[in-house]
Amino acid sequence: MSSSAMTTSTMGDSSTTRYRYERYAFRLMIAVGVSVVLIFALFPFYWMVVTSLKPNQELYSVTTNPLLVRKPTLDHFLYLFQRTLYSRWMLNSALVAVAATALSMTAATLAGYALARYRFPGANFLGWAIFITYLIPPTLLFLPLTQLVFQMGLGNKLLGLILVYPTFLIPFSTWLLIGYFRSIPADLEECAMIDGATRIQAFLRITLPLAIPGLLSVGIFSFTLSWNEFLYALAFISDPAAKTIPIGVTSELVRGDVFFWGELMAGALLGSIPVAVIYSFFADYFVAGLTAGAVKG
Amino acid sequence: MRTSQAEQVAAATAAAQTRRRTLRDYLEEEYVLGYLFLLPAALLILTFVAYPFAFGIWLSLTDARIGVPPNFIGLGNFRELLSDSIFHQTVRNAFTYTGVATVFKFLLGMAMALLLNRNFRFKRFARAAVLLPWIVPTVLSAVAWLWMYDSTFSVFNWMLAKVGIQGPIWLGDGRWPLFSLIVVNIWRGAPFYGINFLAGMQTIPKELYEAAQIDGASRVRQFWHITLPMLQPVILVVLLLSIILTFADFQLVWVLTRGGPANSTHLFATLAYQVGLASAQIGAGAAISLFMFPVLSIIVFVIIWVLRREQ
Repeated sequence: MSSSAMTTSTMGDSSTTRYRYERYAFRLMIAVGVSVVLIFALFPFYWMVVTSLKPNQELYSVTTNPLLVRKPTLDHFLYLFQRTLYSRWMLNSALVAVAATALSMTAATLAGYALARYRFPGANFLGWAIFITYLIPPTLLFLPLTQLVFQMGLGNKLLGLILVYPTFLIPFSTWLLIGYFRSIPADLEECAMIDGATRIQAFLRITLPLAIPGLLSVGIFSFTLSWNEFLYALAFISDPAAKTIPIGVTSELVRGDVFFWGELMAGALLGSIPVAVIYSFFADYFVAGLTAGAVKG
Repeated sequence: MRTSQAEQVAAATAAAQTRRRTLRDYLEEEYVLGYLFLLPAALLILTFVAYPFAFGIWLSLTDARIGVPPNFIGLGNFRELLSDSIFHQTVRNAFTYTGVATVFKFLLGMAMALLLNRNFRFKRFARAAVLLPWIVPTVLSAVAWLWMYDSTFSVFNWMLAKVGIQGPIWLGDGRWPLFSLIVVNIWRGAPFYGINFLAGMQTIPKELYEAAQIDGASRVRQFWHITLPMLQPVILVVLLLSIILTFADFQLVWVLTRGGPANSTHLFATLAYQVGLASAQIGAGAAISLFMFPVLSIIVFVIIWVLRREQ
């Protein structure tokens, strides 16, 4: 990065004005391009914020400029907490996301480690079987799964979601962690075992601590995916008190044909903030998890 | 008596010791630990993926309705679907939606990556902001789009009116609803392409570009002859993953149109939901979901083939 910047600037110093114009034109192109991309990416969020702060008479006025807020109000947010179960949904979302993440991380860490380190018959097959699971979309399974969940008595219960979410978290977590564990040299464990550690101790005390960045990646990604999940929650849960944010907002803030836009936007905004905050703190880990070990580097 | 008791105790402890030793020995065997460590993941996946998958195939061969015992009807559901005009529309929608959205996500993602790969002020901010549409819960951002597409208060139509154009009813008539859905899908999906392409670009050795610059290759030629070939593996995997997710999409359509107006914007998943859960014909719904399977298996096969070749 810095080297290419240097070559451009030295070229600029020794070059003619034509070169300089070209460079300015190129920079301008990039500035315009970045601005267009940013506006496209961020406008819906701006619109969310603006709408959530407008009093109703401003919201449903066709004469005023809709891009600005004249008299900002927090009424919509207050309504969410006083007149709906929003705080409950938030708690449910957090509980489900944390529990599903913990469950899936435990299973995926063990599975990923075993597949990365141990040789045993069927290991290769099991690795690919898990990978194929990663490629089966929830939309293919949700109908029979809904039947199953209700037959098991887990319908309308958060436990149902906590047990089912790991099915789409474990496969990519396992694959990411296989890669991560493989990058940690086995020599370290062998030394520990020569000094009398058991295999399990070598795994828990030597390799696991070294895998923390990989675990963070997996954890953040799993939490986000669980927090955002919609289809299973929609299919499994109809009790308003057991809803998570995505289904609570989309089902309970619409009465028949009437949309409470201010409340909807306030609810959407608050529901988006946790993942946005987590992401902004751990962006690098997040990007590493994107394609979950499928893409190297 | 006393001695025999002592002997018994000694024998028992000895036995316990050997037992304990054998257990410990077993835990030093790679195959024992291997299977043991895979057990939790395998249990969850077998119960909640493999079993429902098989159960789904069975359901699709029955006339199952919620709360009524199912009868086996063979391929009846599939036959019925093949002559159903709503289903035909759904198939066309799924391919249009996936095809058009994928092309634009790819192009926009590539543009994003190329832009973010340069140095400028606020680069970190730009990089974080661009990924936002992809990490925020899709249904929640879809609700914002629903409001932006509102038939009376659409902000797009307000802006269009400012330049003298009367905007369409975005989710209302003709081809506009599917178009509007595709726009949102591109908005949400392009960052996934962009960030992965960017990550891929940063692993390309700088020397290649320096050498090309010395040889006088233009930026365009550098892109075609260095960036694109070096990115190929990333591009393939991202494309295939994204095609799966787009083809099997549910959330956007559910929030924005529910498959309407008049069932004209369904994808497989939303139609399966409407038939299977909303109208309680779970067998027919399962059959609709399973229609995705052939297409998805082809994609999965290609992904695995690519990954294996790389290894």
